[in-house]
Amino acid sequence: MDLVESYREELRLIRKPWTGFWVALLVAGLLLLPWLSREYITYIFTLIFIYSIGAQGQNLLIGYTGLISFGQAGFLAIGAYTFGHLARLGSPLPVNLLCAGIAAGLFGLLVGFPSLRLKGPYLAIATLGFGITVYQIFANSEILSGGRMGLNVPKLTPFFGLTKPMSIYYFNFFLFLIFTLVSYNLVSSYIGRAFTAIRDNDIAAEVMGVNLTHYKLLSFAISSFYTGVQGGLYALLIGYLEPNMFTFLEAITLFVAVIIGGLASVEGSILGAAFVILVPQIFSSYKTLVPVVFGVTILIVLIFEPSGLFGRWMKMRLYLRNWPFR
Amino acid sequence: MEKFLQYSISGLSIGSLYALVALGLVLIYRSTRILNFAHGDMATAGTFFAFTLLGLKIKFLASFVLSLLFGGGVAMAFYFCILIPAQRREATILGQIILTLGLGLIFQGLIAHIWGTEPQSFPFPLSDSKVWNIGGVVISELGLSALGIGLLGSFFLYLLVQKTRLGLAMRATSENLPAAQTLGIPTRRVLSLAWGLAASLGVLAGIFLAPALLLDPFFMLEPFLKGFAAAILGGLNSLPGAIAGSLLLGVAESLAGGYISVAFKNTLAFLIIIAVLIIRPEGLLGKEFRERI
Repeated sequence: MDLVESYREELRLIRKPWTGFWVALLVAGLLLLPWLSREYITYIFTLIFIYSIGAQGQNLLIGYTGLISFGQAGFLAIGAYTFGHLARLGSPLPVNLLCAGIAAGLFGLLVGFPSLRLKGPYLAIATLGFGITVYQIFANSEILSGGRMGLNVPKLTPFFGLTKPMSIYYFNFFLFLIFTLVSYNLVSSYIGRAFTAIRDNDIAAEVMGVNLTHYKLLSFAISSFYTGVQGGLYALLIGYLEPNMFTFLEAITLFVAVIIGGLASVEGSILGAAFVILVPQIFSSYKTLVPVVFGVTILIVLIFEPSGLFGRWMKMRLYLRNWPFR
Repeated sequence: MEKFLQYSISGLSIGSLYALVALGLVLIYRSTRILNFAHGDMATAGTFFAFTLLGLKIKFLASFVLSLLFGGGVAMAFYFCILIPAQRREATILGQIILTLGLGLIFQGLIAHIWGTEPQSFPFPLSDSKVWNIGGVVISELGLSALGIGLLGSFFLYLLVQKTRLGLAMRATSENLPAAQTLGIPTRRVLSLAWGLAASLGVLAGIFLAPALLLDPFFMLEPFLKGFAAAILGGLNSLPGAIAGSLLLGVAESLAGGYISVAFKNTLAFLIIIAVLIIRPEGLLGKEFRERI
C-alpha cells in the first residue's frame, strides 16, 4: 500500500499524477467509444454502465457492510415499474429516476428494519422472500405490470442531435460517472468507515459509537436506492417491462458481479458488472450453462482469490512493480 | 366446518413436506451456522435423478432409495471438496453461505442443460385423483402418503438425533465444536453426515412434491422458500420447531388460499417471516438469542 501522509491525501480520489493520466485516458476512450465502434458494442457498454450502478450499490451492502441481500430483483422491479409508470404519466426524466431510487429505498427500509435488528443471516432470508413476493405480486396484478402485453415505457428522446444509441450511451455514462464518484466519496467518508467497522466487528463498532441499526439500515437503503435507479435506467434502455425480467436469477446476477469483481472495491463492482454482461454474450449459444459458469467462478473466486478480479489486478501490478525483487 | 377441516387436512399434508425441507435447513444451520441456499437445487437434482432412473424402467422403490443416496452423496461431496478447503483458507460464514449459492447456481444450470426447462410430469405409483373419504373429508392418495412420509421422516430423524450415538455426536458437535473435537468425536465425518442427511430429506420432499407440481428446474424454489419461512417460524435452530412451523405454515397457507384468495397464498410465507422477525425473532420453539462478547 502507498504511504498516506495526511487526512486530506487520504480523502483524495486520485493520489498520483500517473493514475490521473490513466483515468483521464480511460474516460476519454469511453467518451469516444460510440464514434469508433459498432452499435452493438455501444449497446453492451451501455448495459455494463447500468449494471455497474447496481453492482456498486450491492457492493456497499455486501462488501463494505457485510450483509447479504437476495432481494435485489425485487428492488429492481420496484425501481423499474415506478420509473415506467411515472414516465407514462409524462413527468420529467430526472424526477422519474429519483423516484425510482427513492421507492426502492423505502421498500428497503421496510424489509430491512425487522431483519437488521437481529444478528445472523436473517436479512438474506427476508430479502429472498421479498424478491420472490414482489415478482409474484407483479405477475398477478395487471394494473401494476401492464397486463399480458407488458408495460411500454417511452424511450429517451435523442439530445444534441446525436443518434439514439449514442444519446442513451452518453446519458448512462454520465449517470455512471456520478454514481461512481458518489460511491468513492461515500466509502471514504464517515459513513463508509462506519460500514466497514460494522463488517469487521460489529460489537467493537457499537462500542466506538456507531449506531448499528441506523447504519445497517442506511447501507441497505442506499444499496436499494442504487438498485432502484438501475431498474429505472434499464426500463429506459429496453423501453418495455414485464415481470419475467425480475426473477431470482436477476438478483443472483448482481450478486455474482460483486463477488467476482471483488468485495469492498468500487472498481471491482465495475469489473464484475462487465463480467456478468460479457459472459452471457460469449456463451450465447449455450444459454442454460451461464449459471454454471457463474457458479463455478464463485467457487473458484471464493476459495482461491477472495478479493476477486480487482484483487488479482492489484497483485499483478504489485508483482510487476517490484520485479525482479520479491 | 367441513370446509375448514378439508383445508386443514390438505394443509397438513403439504406442511409435512415443508417439514422435510425445513428439517434439512435447520439440521445444517444448527451444526454449521450455514444457511444452505443450494438446498432446493440439491433436492431438484435428486428428483431429476429419480426421474431418469424411472425412465430407465428401474423399480420405483430402488430408484427412490438410489436418488436419496445420490442427493446425500452430492451434499457430502460438496462438504468435503468445497467447504472444508474453504474453511482451511479461513472463509467467513458469509463466504460459506455464498459458496452454497454458487453450488445452487451450478445445479440449476446443469439441470436445465441436461433435462431441459420444459415442465415434465413425474411418474408416481400413487395417484393424485384417487381419493379417500374419511368422515366427509376428502384426501387424495398422494396427499395421504405425503402426510405419512413427512411424519415418518420427522419421526426417524427424531430417533436418530435423540436416541443414537451418532445423534449424540451430532448434538455435541453443533453445541460446541472445539469441545467435541477434544472429546475425540470425528466432527468432520459427523458434519458431512448431517449434510448428507439434510440433502436426502430434501430429495424425499422433492419426490413427493414432484407429482403435484410439474417437474422443471425451478420446481423446488417455492417449497424451499416455504421451508425457510417455516424454519424461521419454528426457530432456526430447533428441529421440533421446524416441524411445528411447517405444519402451521401449511395449514395457514391452505386456509388463506381457501378463504381469502389463491394469489395471497404465496405472499403469506413472506408476511410470516416479517411478522416473526418483528414479534418473536427466535421463533416459536427456538432458544432466546444471547450474545457473547
